[in-house]
Amino acid sequence: MIATRSAHGIRARTGALALGLALAATACSSEGPETLTVLTHDSFAISQSTLDAFTEETGIEVALLDGGDAGLMLAQAILTKDNPIADVIFGVDNTFLSRAVEEQITIPYAATALEDLHPFTRLDDTNRFTPIDYGDVCLQYDKEIIETDFDIVDTRKLFYDPGVGGGLVVEDPSTSSPGLAFLLATIAAFPDGWQDYWTVLRQEGVLVVPGWEEAYYGEFSGASDGDRPIVVSYASSPVAEVVFATEPIEEPATAIVEESCFRQVEFAGILDGTDSRDTAEQFIDFMLSARFQEDIPLNMYVFPALRSAALPQVFVEHAVIAESPLSLDPAVIAANRDRWIEEWTEIVLR
Amino acid sequence: MKLKRGLLVALPLGFLAVFYLYPVASILLTGLVEDGSLNLTPFGDVLTSASLRSIAWFTIWQAVASTALTVLAAMPIAYVFARFEFPGKRVLSALLTIPFVMPTVVVGSAFLALLGSQSPVGINLTRTIWIIFAAHVFFNLSVVVRTVGGLWSHLDPRLEEAARTLGATHWQAFRTVTLPMLRPALVAASSIVFLFAFTSFGVILILGGLTYTTLEVEIYRQTVVFGNFGLAAALAVLQLVGVTLILWVYSRYQRDREVGLSLLPSASVARRPASLRQRLVVAGTIGYLGLLVAVPLVVLIVRSFDTGNALGFYRALFETGTGSTAFVSPAEAIGNSLWIAGVATFIALVVGMSAAAVVAYSSGRAARSFDLFLMLPLGTSAVTIGFGMLIALDWPIDLRANVLLIPLAHALVAIPFVVRLSVPVMRSVQPRLREAAAVLGASPARIWREIDLPIAARALAVSAGFAFAISLGEFGATSFIARPDTPTLPIAIFRLLGRPGALNFGRAMAMSTILMAVTATVVLLVDRFRVRDVGEF
Repeated sequence: MIATRSAHGIRARTGALALGLALAATACSSEGPETLTVLTHDSFAISQSTLDAFTEETGIEVALLDGGDAGLMLAQAILTKDNPIADVIFGVDNTFLSRAVEEQITIPYAATALEDLHPFTRLDDTNRFTPIDYGDVCLQYDKEIIETDFDIVDTRKLFYDPGVGGGLVVEDPSTSSPGLAFLLATIAAFPDGWQDYWTVLRQEGVLVVPGWEEAYYGEFSGASDGDRPIVVSYASSPVAEVVFATEPIEEPATAIVEESCFRQVEFAGILDGTDSRDTAEQFIDFMLSARFQEDIPLNMYVFPALRSAALPQVFVEHAVIAESPLSLDPAVIAANRDRWIEEWTEIVLR
Repeated sequence: MKLKRGLLVALPLGFLAVFYLYPVASILLTGLVEDGSLNLTPFGDVLTSASLRSIAWFTIWQAVASTALTVLAAMPIAYVFARFEFPGKRVLSALLTIPFVMPTVVVGSAFLALLGSQSPVGINLTRTIWIIFAAHVFFNLSVVVRTVGGLWSHLDPRLEEAARTLGATHWQAFRTVTLPMLRPALVAASSIVFLFAFTSFGVILILGGLTYTTLEVEIYRQTVVFGNFGLAAALAVLQLVGVTLILWVYSRYQRDREVGLSLLPSASVARRPASLRQRLVVAGTIGYLGLLVAVPLVVLIVRSFDTGNALGFYRALFETGTGSTAFVSPAEAIGNSLWIAGVATFIALVVGMSAAAVVAYSSGRAARSFDLFLMLPLGTSAVTIGFGMLIALDWPIDLRANVLLIPLAHALVAIPFVVRLSVPVMRSVQPRLREAAAVLGASPARIWREIDLPIAARALAVSAGFAFAISLGEFGATSFIARPDTPTLPIAIFRLLGRPGALNFGRAMAMSTILMAVTATVVLLVDRFRVRDVGEF
């Protein structure tokens, strides 16, 4: 288009005007009832009615901000710590905890219900991060294939014997949070021999994919056309299998290997620099209330940090909570994480 | 005239300065400035590391190869679409855009089902470079077909026929007559495909089996996984320098090779296939197109119905998990996708067309540099742009958590498209036409309206279609910025795929099928919306 008196100029001006109006409109909408912005990862979910109850009680509206996966969300929070994009952050887990604490993106707050939480969730004694829920990352297997084709009765073998690597699909620890958790599980279980463990897995043909979606829906025989009967997934996956079955089923066709479970605890914190500190504290306390805590399992398929929180029936029937899950000190994880990932990459992918 | 021209330059320049240059500069400085002074050691690390050098080399050669293969695969289709009239042509042409918008994670699963270890045809390409090439061709085919085919359909076939009469073979006639006339469109399409392949992320990660790494993937790993902003910044600079150099060489090669074209209405160019041979060519091409594009998509559609009750997954989209904050109804997802894409397309057309006008009607070094600069957002890593926006766009209005940042970021990817697709068409207007009109007493406005607009309208329609598709497909930096709760179709698909359970997977496939339907509908509508076809004045 050439520069003459033309429709184009008018269109450009109305365009700029429309954009300006839209900007002004969104700038104004932050006034009215007080709004608390919560930065979460993309797996966050809770009943809308639960959030509404909080609004009714306090007059505070909650706006959710989707920060992508847990690692990406934390990177965003660290980058914007001089001028935070939200008031509260939810979804930092124990594999990222030390880094988040060191970066001082949050301010300490001792939640009222702190003493009522499972003691193993209380990993941050500075109280910059408050435990909200926990869940286990475990090996999950296709019962039928493992029992008939692989002829394995003692399923502990699926974890302790890397010789079954040909049936295993795992996620890359550098791009996937369950992938990292499983690497940490092997380090916790075999502190001196995890490199050899992975060397054997590789020789046996372990399959590595970038994320949980590709592993579970792409390769795992228990959930796709894939031919891998063992996958790194969540302890609650068999429960979800029952809840989200296409036809009602009694028993899930998959199960988990309890010995392989690595515990992940998820935390929330108040972002340093928020101008709604009181409101943010109220929300943290609300997240630890029975109402919110009991709503967690069927929304996020993890377990409440609050000891007294009751579990939904389907969880009571089908969920397995590892009695003595594998774990590592968050400080040790933070100090070695990058090195371990590099080492793992050398052993398994290069 | 001067003032108007100034405005035309200022609009795109201002837009890119605020939403591209400033954010990117901010994030690069964050990575490279330590305690107030510039720290250049990451550049040393990049240049001396053998593995990073091999990543850079792989990035370039796979992009060149992917581009060449895409062009080769697309040319026969472009030819048949341009030269023949057959039933369902418009619909097919719209359907061709679908792959372009599909989320990689969804298509990846279809690719692995077809070309993986369980392949029904016994071709296992898992973790080979070929599956990456196949995916790049699949995703980018429509860019070449629609761009080159669009121009081809207006070229006078009599020129080629004349060459044939003078004794040239089919190939000679094509090479010496048609190809030079197609060159502007070919150059435009191939540079876009090159940039997409150069910055390929999802395809490499999901289908490359983690053995292949591009600069884009490495920048993501260094930024998000290791928090090493210094190295990431150095890699981003390297990526930018590489893109600039390659585009510069390409534009020098292209310079002065443009020819004035006499364009005809496409209706007078395309014929019904007459001879048996022509019918076979058309049928063969459609079959080949089906294999290349339709089969992976059909796999997804079949999966969306793959339940005891044929519409079960679609009904479940409305019924399951409705009380959750993560729930997205199809209507809400479609609504969000459409308005965001509408805003993004509007911004991209206004900014892109102004820029295209500047580039098309000026010559000289300044215009060429401006042209090259306009392409850079396509060649910059999405993480760099996204994180840059996150640290830079908080003043005077905090746009970082504003929903408008989503269409703005989409527009950033769409603008280079609009420019690339419009400039050749605008340049193809023969100056003689304008001069003749002026001599006959037409005002500049009338010349623009009567001569330039109808011709530009064609580019406008094609680039509007692509701008819309880019936004529908959530291209660019929006994966890396924090999003306010306005789930679009791809976001809804990701949410469903992120959870275990057969019903969730089925619903994700149903939502993907809806995304295909929405895309095809929009492109069909845009295709119909043309002011007047070229040559009808």
